Amino acid sequence: MSNRNKINRRKFLKVFGASAVASSAVLTSCKGVGPKGQETATGVHEPPKGKMTYRVNQHTGDRVSILGYGMMRLPTEDGTAARDSDAPIDQEMVNKQVDYAIEHGVNYFDTSPAYCKGKSEEATGIALHRHPRKSYYVATKMSNFSPDTWSREASIEMFHNSLKALQVDYIDYYLLHGIGMDGMEAFEGRYIKNGILDYLVEQRQKGIIRNLGFSYHGDVKVFDHLLSQNDKYHWDFVQIELNYLDWKFANEINERNTDAEFLYNELQKRNIPAVIMEPLLGGRLSNVPNPIAVQLKKRDPERSVASWAFRYAATRPGVLTLLSGMTYMEHLKDNLNSLCPLKPLTDVEMKFLEDDIAQQIMGFDTIPCNNCKYCMPCPYGVNIPAIFVHYNKIKNEGELPGLSTDDNYQKYRRQYLVSYDRRIPPDRQADHCIGCGQCIPHCPQQIMIPNELHKIDQFVEQLKQL
Amino acid sequence: MLRRIRQTLAVIFFLCITLLFLDFTGTLQTCLGWMAKIQFLPAIMALNVVVVAALVIVTLIFGRIYCSVICPMGVMQDVVSWLHGRVRCNRFSYSPAKSVLRYTVLGVFVVALLAGVSSLVALLAPYSSYGRIVSNLLQPFYLWGNNALAYWAERVDSYAFYSADVWIKGLPTLVVAAVTLVAVAILAWSGGRTYCNTICPVGTMLGLLSRFAWLKVRLDEDKCVQCGLCSRNCKASAIDYKHYKVDYSRCVACGDCIGKCHKDAISYSPRPSQLKVLSPVDEASATSAEATDMSKRAFLLGTAMVAGTVLMAQEKKKVDGGLAVIEEKKSVHRSTRLLPPGAMSAQHFAQHCTACQLCVSECPNGVLRPTTDLLHLMQPEMSYERGYCRPECTRCSDVCPTGAIRRIDRSEKSAIHIGHAVWMRRNCVVLTDDVSCGNCARHCPTGAITMTMVDNLTTKSGRPAIIPVVNEDKCIGCGACEYVCPSRPFSAIYIEGHEQHREV
Repeated sequence: MSNRNKINRRKFLKVFGASAVASSAVLTSCKGVGPKGQETATGVHEPPKGKMTYRVNQHTGDRVSILGYGMMRLPTEDGTAARDSDAPIDQEMVNKQVDYAIEHGVNYFDTSPAYCKGKSEEATGIALHRHPRKSYYVATKMSNFSPDTWSREASIEMFHNSLKALQVDYIDYYLLHGIGMDGMEAFEGRYIKNGILDYLVEQRQKGIIRNLGFSYHGDVKVFDHLLSQNDKYHWDFVQIELNYLDWKFANEINERNTDAEFLYNELQKRNIPAVIMEPLLGGRLSNVPNPIAVQLKKRDPERSVASWAFRYAATRPGVLTLLSGMTYMEHLKDNLNSLCPLKPLTDVEMKFLEDDIAQQIMGFDTIPCNNCKYCMPCPYGVNIPAIFVHYNKIKNEGELPGLSTDDNYQKYRRQYLVSYDRRIPPDRQADHCIGCGQCIPHCPQQIMIPNELHKIDQFVEQLKQL
Repeated sequence: MLRRIRQTLAVIFFLCITLLFLDFTGTLQTCLGWMAKIQFLPAIMALNVVVVAALVIVTLIFGRIYCSVICPMGVMQDVVSWLHGRVRCNRFSYSPAKSVLRYTVLGVFVVALLAGVSSLVALLAPYSSYGRIVSNLLQPFYLWGNNALAYWAERVDSYAFYSADVWIKGLPTLVVAAVTLVAVAILAWSGGRTYCNTICPVGTMLGLLSRFAWLKVRLDEDKCVQCGLCSRNCKASAIDYKHYKVDYSRCVACGDCIGKCHKDAISYSPRPSQLKVLSPVDEASATSAEATDMSKRAFLLGTAMVAGTVLMAQEKKKVDGGLAVIEEKKSVHRSTRLLPPGAMSAQHFAQHCTACQLCVSECPNGVLRPTTDLLHLMQPEMSYERGYCRPECTRCSDVCPTGAIRRIDRSEKSAIHIGHAVWMRRNCVVLTDDVSCGNCARHCPTGAITMTMVDNLTTKSGRPAIIPVVNEDKCIGCGACEYVCPSRPFSAIYIEGHEQHREV
């Protein structure tokens, strides 16, 4: 609370306001340019064709575009992203964006049976089926999170459904989805006890899976365990979270996460290509506090804030592709502009992001919530992401009330309390969190949600009393 | 001139008191709070000797100017009457005092006051009636207006306004307020100050004093040409021009007659005149009680409606997309009603509160609302569905003009036990939902609640249940636990009131 920066509030609101508009949609991967977000956008000019940077996967010789299309936030007919809406997916728009991406060299498409409330694979299949099978690589996952799907039959059925929905005979990249999310026990239940991992290895031998890998969040023991068995399973790729904040601070942000530096180096040691998720850390790295945006702009006024994060992740040689969940054409274009071709960062620039910028963002000490809403609905009605987003916003603006003796205390106090009531009805505020912990396993960022809510509750209580 | 001054002062008082009731932010209370405290009945209730003495002295000097300046109910009637006057001039005429009715009502009022029939006291108290009208009928519109401003303020990133809940705090009180307004307005429209001179116990009481006032409206028999204009413009119907008499028990010293007289025959002067003071008792026999009937009827109707009304103020559920539906909390039945810290005891509170609703209008936590309990009808009580009695707030005790809620500060508040928490096994989510909770204990400001395992109590899944236990001696009854309890519609922990508040 002591570390308050003075920021031009109006500018900040502009950025945040714009992202709030675009944003509910864009949070997980690509938070690029909202319609009014000039500060972070380069201005969407037409990206060039034939300039895409490719990386070669040594295991299969695949030439993979450095930008991969994440299909977890597809647009819907009501103009939002499928994660936030029950409206049907806007297939026409999906087709249009996929066509545009392929035209500009994107050839890696990442989906899962769990994405877009289960509608992503089918939409991806429809869009991709219109292109020659050789012109794209499709990635999907064994998303058997729910214990009902831990049985061998249910899991195999999930695999077959993926082939059917994607309208393909083989899958280029297949992942064990989110290992480590509920620790070793869940991993054993999902893949070992039911023999599914062996089954998938078998499918790879048959050629139905071309590359077998896993995506990792959470308990690092499972990650270590799987890598230690690399000689047995020969992982073709591993999907990890990597960005300039997670490089050194993932563990500091949340002790249950592992620094990307460690994960990446472990993969490098074994020569396993890394597929990168969260290159923008759920939009946090495009939506940075204004003083930070200004520092980035000073270095290169033409490039978007988000482009720094993309180039940071892409500069590392062991990276096969960066996944970005692009809901709108603007995001796609902005990302293509950042990576067609990739202009690698210099060592000095890498250090600048890892040390200076990351350090500063850490100083802002926000809650690492991406507003992905996986934790919702809270059975007791608490609007978890809205509470965090509100707190982060005020924290980032440097308008969090500090000591009651501060000059601005009364003003900030009123702002915090009034805007808190405006954003979140009293029945859904942090004081109604009972700490049952049902949300915790759902959070991909491994936030100890009840603890954070209780902290905010105490903070608000103090404000009310003073 | 006198009339202008009177009118100006009356308008200022009237607007300020109305604003005091409308304001929900607590900002006006610091500068306008005294206006409620100089009201006659509240001052008597509060045993505020200084104010009562001052009002008595003012009345003995100037007559019933209290009724035409300070009392908001009186000024409201003047406004209604003035509106009618714009349509029809010279519409009043002298009528004898309805003394039987007046003194009966006063008698009933005094008996009710002494016997503690607080709902009857509340019904007759003029300032309180006005408070109820503003609080119940006008404040909602004020709040909606405020909420519209808040809506726009939000869009321009201003924090100048914040929105407030508008809800029916008590249906019977709302009905009483509406009936009072209609009845008083009808009486004022047709008869000017009829209410003040037949029903209002304060008017009757001050009338007893004003007969001995030093300054009085006096008719000069030499100048008077018996045109009757004064009588026809006296809203108190107190001037008997034929006999050059004024009924000083009913005259509210408004000064309207002085301006109307072409012959300069009326003065407001100290000079003892040769005029006989008309004794109201002489005229007690006259019982042309048209207006009376009307008011009686109105009040009977009001009471009947109140008795027949069932509380059904349930709000609709709010349904949002990705959010779990949560039921509105319902108020539990408390065997002893909950009263705010400062009320001292149920008895003290019942005897002093005139149910003006000022505290209800002010309560920022949605805790106070008029009770539906017939014996104490309209007096406030507390319940914790919308919020709880927050530790930093002493607003009801700051505004209460009658001393029913004695003035306390924050530190005193934290030491007053107004009730104690009671745990209800059948609602506790630890047992019903098989989850770990502890929200009550986490929010208890005095640490009176401890989460603990209890012998032989397990959850559905067989784990030992960790449930809240209350140390009643430490519990002050603020209701934080009841408010944050996740069990809906009825909380699994609720506050039972204490008859006698005690301090540690």
